[in-house]
Amino acid sequence: MSRWLKGGYAASIFLFLYLPLVVVAVFSFNDSRFSLAWHGFTLDWYVRLWHNTGLMTAAVNSLIIAASAATLATFLGTIAAFVLHQYRFAGRRLLFGTFFVMMMSPDIVIAISLLLLFLALPLNLGFHTLLLAHIVLCVPFVAITVFSRFHRFQHDVIDAARDLGASEYQVFRHIVLPLAAPAVAAGWLLSFTLSLDDVIISFFNTGPGFEVLPLRIYSMVRLGIRPDVNALCVAMIVFTIIALILTKILLKEKK
Amino acid sequence: MKKTVVELIEVAKDFDGQRALADISLTVTDGEFLSLLGPSGCGKTTLLRLIGGFEHCTSGLLRIDGQDMDRIPPEKRAVNTVFQNYALFPHMTVYDNVAFGLRMAKRSSREIRLAVTQALDMVQLSGLEQRRPAALSGGQQQRVAIARALINKPRVLLLDEPLSALDHRLRKQMQKELKQLQRALGITFILVTHDQDEAFAMSDRVVVMQAGRIEQIGTPMEIYENPVNLFVARFVGDINILDGVVVSRSGADTYHALVEGVAVTLHSRRDFLPGQQLHVLLRPEDVRLEQERDIAESRSLSAKFAQARLPGTVQRIFYHGATYDVEVMLDNGNQVQVTEFFDEDSANLSFRPGDQVALGWLQGWEVVLPHEG
Repeated sequence: MSRWLKGGYAASIFLFLYLPLVVVAVFSFNDSRFSLAWHGFTLDWYVRLWHNTGLMTAAVNSLIIAASAATLATFLGTIAAFVLHQYRFAGRRLLFGTFFVMMMSPDIVIAISLLLLFLALPLNLGFHTLLLAHIVLCVPFVAITVFSRFHRFQHDVIDAARDLGASEYQVFRHIVLPLAAPAVAAGWLLSFTLSLDDVIISFFNTGPGFEVLPLRIYSMVRLGIRPDVNALCVAMIVFTIIALILTKILLKEKK
Repeated sequence: MKKTVVELIEVAKDFDGQRALADISLTVTDGEFLSLLGPSGCGKTTLLRLIGGFEHCTSGLLRIDGQDMDRIPPEKRAVNTVFQNYALFPHMTVYDNVAFGLRMAKRSSREIRLAVTQALDMVQLSGLEQRRPAALSGGQQQRVAIARALINKPRVLLLDEPLSALDHRLRKQMQKELKQLQRALGITFILVTHDQDEAFAMSDRVVVMQAGRIEQIGTPMEIYENPVNLFVARFVGDINILDGVVVSRSGADTYHALVEGVAVTLHSRRDFLPGQQLHVLLRPEDVRLEQERDIAESRSLSAKFAQARLPGTVQRIFYHGATYDVEVMLDNGNQVQVTEFFDEDSANLSFRPGDQVALGWLQGWEVVLPHEG
């Protein structure tokens, strides 16, 4: 009896979490343009998606922005975390606090202030401004994730490496980075997803020449949900799952 | 005269305006085994970290091999450290941990393999090269840490409470092994410990520290038998502290005094004035204890108590196997602890609670110090 109860409870949670995704997946194979009723199986929408150059360009743009923003933010955030952990300097607490402020601030505030900054400089809105904006968005998350990892391993280990003749760079390369690798990877993934599904900051900080996926979808959906958007969502879910499995495998082999 | 390896001259260290070390002057000679002994918070680890280069002196001079170490980082010092919790690199195998120092020095892989094999052989860890630290016992991790620290052939090996995490038996064994290793290698060892047994068993010299200052430097025997003050006396083993006052001086090192209200003769090379308050320190095993009626019956025995004969009553007996402790209450109410060895001729204890006894000591075995208030 209790086993059924437990099983049922778990099932209802999974249902609650994943039912929306299942619905999207089902409708991406539905042979009907507008209807919510089932009209038979088709792969038409995937074919159409492939030929929808506007959508595909936006998708590729999004991936490029997400990958570059995540990589640069991970680089900067990891160094920031190392500096915060390793050194005591004036303004250290302030810097630390700033990261939390950035994480808590509403996206709209960050978006508007970045926009004002770019216009004041002045920079033309487009790829570069969007990249900068997304890096700003992601760095605090990486820094805090990696920093908390540093805090979990003994400071002695760094002292020991220096004691054995390692320069500061060698300490970072041979001790800090390998030990922090899981957190660095997690920081990258977090940044990647943050960047990929960001609407508000992207909306204000990119130009007409560089359109990203969430904005494209947003503008399409205003005219009604089209099944090729469903297909796109399914493609992205599959993409995400593959990425997750890959990182799991990578992290496991490190152990 | 042996060469000086580490030299500290009037070193002080502050942390945020708080003085952690003050007036530290110390020379460590080549091949010496030196212990820094003191209670937790006495600054002994800070002193070790200064020598290792992890902290910098606020004032004073630190030289290693005659060279001023001011602003020289740890990686540039001919000193290596065995850290308290070993600080092994968890993501590396035993082999990689030990090889780390040589890899940082960019040695050839052939040279590294040879040296690592030798080092692991030396600490009896051959065959465990590919294990991770997490898969080793505490004692094995300890050995890896030692092998890793010795691979660069340092002038001085610093050990920060290296045995504190091991159980009693393993600690005894590692003490012996460390001492043997130090003899065989001829490298100077500086050991931080709060355990006086450990310091005494291994060291050539012991530095007793308290509250950021050095209280006494000497061989274990000097420290134990001639402590310079009450702190040192109390910290290294059990001791009885009797109060007294000088009556008169009779000769270069002989005084007449009242100790616990009894007239005695004391021997000390220190200078005391008549009327001066003093402490008489006696190790429990240095106290001579006899039954009052035995002394009354024997002339030779009473001669042994001629210079000091403090009457008291046996209160309690504590049995320890090879020895037993006798707790004696002096007639003025103060308690004294006495350690007696079993008499070879009789299996019975020589004392029982309630016995009237007399306390004395061998001439010159007492330590006399000025009263510390």
